[in-house]
Order: sequence, then C-alpha cells, then structure tokens
Amino acid sequence: MVIPAATRHAPRPTPRRQQVTRGYRVFQVFNALALTLVVVLTLYPFFNILARSFSETSFIRRGEVNLLPKGFNLTTYKYVMSDAVFWNSYKNTVIYTVVATAIAMVLTTCYAYVLSKKHLKGRTLLIGIAVFTMFFNGGIIPQYVLISGTLGLRNTIWAIALPNAISVFNLLVMKAFFENQPPDLEEAGAVDGLNTYGILLRIVLPLSKAVIATMVLFYSVSFWNSWFAAFLYLDRKELWPVTIYLRNLLAGAMGTSDPGAASDVALQTAANIQAVTIVLIATPIMLVYPFIQRYFVTGVMLGSIKG
Amino acid sequence: MAVRATPAALDQSPGSEVQVQATSTPSPVRPRANTWRRALRRDWQLYSLAVLPLLFFLIFRYLPMAGNIIAFRRYLPGGSLFGEEWVGFTYFQLFIDDPGFWRAFFNTLILGSLTLLFLFPAPLILALLLNEVRTRLLKRFVQTISYMPHFLSIVVVAGLIFQIMSIDGVINQALTALGGDAISFMQDPGWFRTIYISSEAWQTVGWGTILYLAALTTIDPDLYEAARIDGANRWWQTWHVTLPGIRPTIVTLLVLNTGTFMAVGFEKILLIYNPLTYETADVIATYVFRIGVQNGLFSYATAIGMFEAVIGLVLVYTVNFISRRTVGTSLW
Repeated sequence: MVIPAATRHAPRPTPRRQQVTRGYRVFQVFNALALTLVVVLTLYPFFNILARSFSETSFIRRGEVNLLPKGFNLTTYKYVMSDAVFWNSYKNTVIYTVVATAIAMVLTTCYAYVLSKKHLKGRTLLIGIAVFTMFFNGGIIPQYVLISGTLGLRNTIWAIALPNAISVFNLLVMKAFFENQPPDLEEAGAVDGLNTYGILLRIVLPLSKAVIATMVLFYSVSFWNSWFAAFLYLDRKELWPVTIYLRNLLAGAMGTSDPGAASDVALQTAANIQAVTIVLIATPIMLVYPFIQRYFVTGVMLGSIKG
Repeated sequence: MAVRATPAALDQSPGSEVQVQATSTPSPVRPRANTWRRALRRDWQLYSLAVLPLLFFLIFRYLPMAGNIIAFRRYLPGGSLFGEEWVGFTYFQLFIDDPGFWRAFFNTLILGSLTLLFLFPAPLILALLLNEVRTRLLKRFVQTISYMPHFLSIVVVAGLIFQIMSIDGVINQALTALGGDAISFMQDPGWFRTIYISSEAWQTVGWGTILYLAALTTIDPDLYEAARIDGANRWWQTWHVTLPGIRPTIVTLLVLNTGTFMAVGFEKILLIYNPLTYETADVIATYVFRIGVQNGLFSYATAIGMFEAVIGLVLVYTVNFISRRTVGTSLW
C-alpha cells in the first residue's frame, strides 16, 4: 500500500550548499534532548522493575526504591524460582509456544505458497477468504461459544494453538516473499520430476530460510506473550502459562482495593514477587530482542508493500 | 474438502475432460484453457495444500461470524452454536435500556478519541524527529530502544503499570518529594484515562515510526534540492516536501486507526481496571466480556458486540470514503 521498494532513496543528505542556520542548530539541540527523553522514558520502567526485584521489601514499601536496588538480595528470586507452580507455568508457556508456532508455520507456509502461484485458478478468491478476516471477525462471544462449547477444546492445548494458527498479516508477508522468488529453480525441479510437494520441500523452503526465521519469530513472540486465550479457555491451574501466573499475581494485589490496613505487608510483598516474575517473563524476550529486532522491522515493511 | 475429492476423481478418468470439451465447446479452436476441471487436474496438489488452511478459516473465522446469529436467537449453554429459537431484536432492545451499556459506550468513544488524538500523531512526530538526526548511530540507538516495549506481553506491561503507579512507585515518590500526597492511582477512576493513554504511548509509539521512517526514505532528494534553490528553510522543506511525500502513509494509517477506534486496548483494560474504576475504564469490549463470558448471557453480549462491530465498520468506511474523495488514498 505504501512503499514502492524500487524508488527507495538514501536518507536525506546534509545540505552542504545550504547554510546551517542558527535556528536549525537550536532545533538540533532540542531534537537531541527530545530523543534522549524518549530513550530515558522508555528505559525507566525497566530499570525500576529490576531495582525493585532485587530490593528488600521494607525499602520498597517506604517508597525508596527508584533506579538502584536497596538492601540488595536474591530472596524473592529464590522464592519465586523455588515455586513449582511458577516453573510448571513456564514449562507450559514453552510447550504452547513451540506447538502453536509449529502448527502456525505449517498452515501459513502452505497457504502462502498456494497464494503465491499467480496462474492458479481461484487464487483471488483464496486471497479474499483470508483478507476478509482481517476486517471482519466473529467477535469474542461467538468464538468463545464455538471453542469452549461446540468444539469442546476447553482445557486443552488446542484452544491456545488452533484459533490463531494463521495471522493474515504474516501470511501476506510470506506470500510476497514467495512471489519475489525467481521461478527458474522451481521449473527445473519440475523438469527433474519433482511434484508440487517435492518442489516446496526441497527447493522453495531451503531458499526461504530468511522469511521462515522471521515468521517463526513473529509467531513465537506473539504466542509467548499471549494470555487471553489461556485466560478464557484454561481453568486448570496445571495448564496455565506463565502470563496467567503473572496475571493472577496482579489480580490478587488488585483485589485488595483498600491500600491501607493490615493487608499492607502482604500487598507489598506481593509487589516484590510481581517485580521478580515480570523480570523472569520478560528476560528471554529482552535477551533475544537486539538480535531479532531487524527481522521484525523487515517483516513489517514487507507486509506494508503489498498489504 | 470438495476441492480434494474432485481432482482425485478426475485423475482416475482423464477421458471425462475430453467429453466435456467436446460437448461444451463446439468451436474447432483449442478449448479455453482455464476451466475449473483443467485447473483442478493440473494443480490439484497445490489445492490440496490449501485444504487445511481453508478449514482453519472456515472453523475459526467464518463459523464465529455465522455464530453472531445468536444475537437474534435464544442461546442455551451446551446447545447449538446457532441458538434455539428466533427472538428478533429482543436483545438489542435490552441493551438500549441498559445504563451499563451506555457507560461502556461513552467510555469507548472517549478512550477511542483520546487514542486517535494522542497516539496517532505521536509516531509521525517521532519519525520526523528521527529523520533529522544526522548521526546514524544515535538514530539506530533511539530506534532500538523505542521499539523494545512493543515486544513485551500485555501482562508484563500491566505489571509495570502497577509497579510504577503503586503507592510506593516512582510516580508517588516524585509526588511526595514535591510535597504532595501519595495517590492510589489504580483505584482512582479520575486517573484511568491518563494511565491508559500514557502506557499505550509507551508501548506503541516507537514501533509506530517504522512505516513512516520507511516512507521517508522514498522521498526523492532532488525535491529537497529544488526546495532549497527556491529558498525554503528546513521548516518549509518539512512542510512542503516531507509531509506531502509521506501523505499516503499518513492517510492509510489514519484510516486503519479509525478502524480500530472502537476496539480500544481491550486486553490491557481487562488487566488494569477494577470495579472501582469501571466508571471510566469499562469499555464495550470489557462489558461484553463480563456479560458474556462471566455471566453467561451469550446472546445479549453478542448483540452488543455486533453493535460495536457495525459502528467500527461504518467508521472505517466513512473515513476511507472521505480520504478517497479528498486525497485520493484508499484502503480498497
């Protein structure tokens, strides 16, 4: 929709011939300050939560923990990490992410490959079936009735893995990638007697490692982060992913709506546990984030070229 | 499924195609190539790859759409997905008279407007600022940092909100340091909208710059050159070259944003609101969730959900129509 890839230009060059006015210099200073502010504001919550997670509860309670831990200790970490429920939830998150991503990849790759074949009769209809669902959806209640009631997927991994198996956005990104592949190799494969499945498995997929890696990242981050499906469809504690574990901690602290009184101590200890849990959930993503970031950016731009 | 059966059958009897051609295309010229039968015979392996994805769309996307019929029918838990008997507009009349619905409706409008007002222009402004940065490394750094919150789970973001806004959190630390009294933000309906919008900004603004930054690189540098020769300063260059250059992107994103106007960050609200803040925090989606999933009034909740979806559609359609007429950019 937006970016004609062929007409990309280098970033706007510094005007050598134009005098850099004083106004522009002032602007540059202001700009640098504004961007620094953006960086500081973005990072502040992260550092605050890290500091709290390592601090002693009494300091947190007195509102003295800001960017650096006070009364440094690992007690809460040990407490959370010795909690069997926490590790079970973490294990569930890993399982759900792996299974759901695998299913999503198979379905998305197959459909994207089919849609990339321009000669295919009915292709427009097949694309339409997918794109239509970007703009229209059944809404939460009919979906809930279907999955929970009619299909009986309640308290199974399928309630998490199946309903979001194809993201149309990812599908279109992958389709665009396949369309840009030169057809020569596939034709050669056909001449060598490979059928469609053989061409897809032995020729197309090995050449598409970049887009496959991007899609695996897209899906696994979204499944890793998801909580709402689990919240809707999983009642049994031993099935909860770690996001639900954290949600219950938050809801527990929130339930005590009166912030004074005797519950204060329990509430604040809970706050410390929350901080630790948040750190433990966000860490895997934050660790891989610097390496995967550019794939996401490329993916978003690919998707926007032909949206 | 029909797709799969037919080509297999065809493969068994190649003669059938010849017959069809003989009867349906009497002309002596080679028959038209692209009949369904030929396509299926040639590409049945491709079509077979589409079967599972199509089943997915049918079951998890189109069936729920059809399931909206229960807005007009009585649904019994454990009964048919499509309800038991017609009740007409009963459920619609019910919510028209429901003050809880109207509170959620107006909260949705307010949060939607605030989102559009603050969160739509913010990425554009940040992108323009980033575009003026000459040091590549600095630009990269700011981008990397500002994209980061996008990758966090909403639950984690909600957790951060609770920690920062709590009685002992950094905001209250600053307040008390300045001589004020600590505020229990999360229990105060007066603060909900501010918290919602600013946390939303924190998580989405950086990531929102990507498309603008991409569009900015497509502007022809010669245009700046020409503007400079005409004596335009930086500000006028931005106004007359940069902004018109990325106008299609701006308009497209505006239309898309209007499309999600009614679908305010429902999951986040569900995590951070509580009965004390319902007054300002309860939106249609959360109301539907409580009515439907928690109280089991599925038909009633579906009727409200449908109402919301229709408003959303009308909005997108209207804005898209206006943008096509005025600036010639259209989603479809």
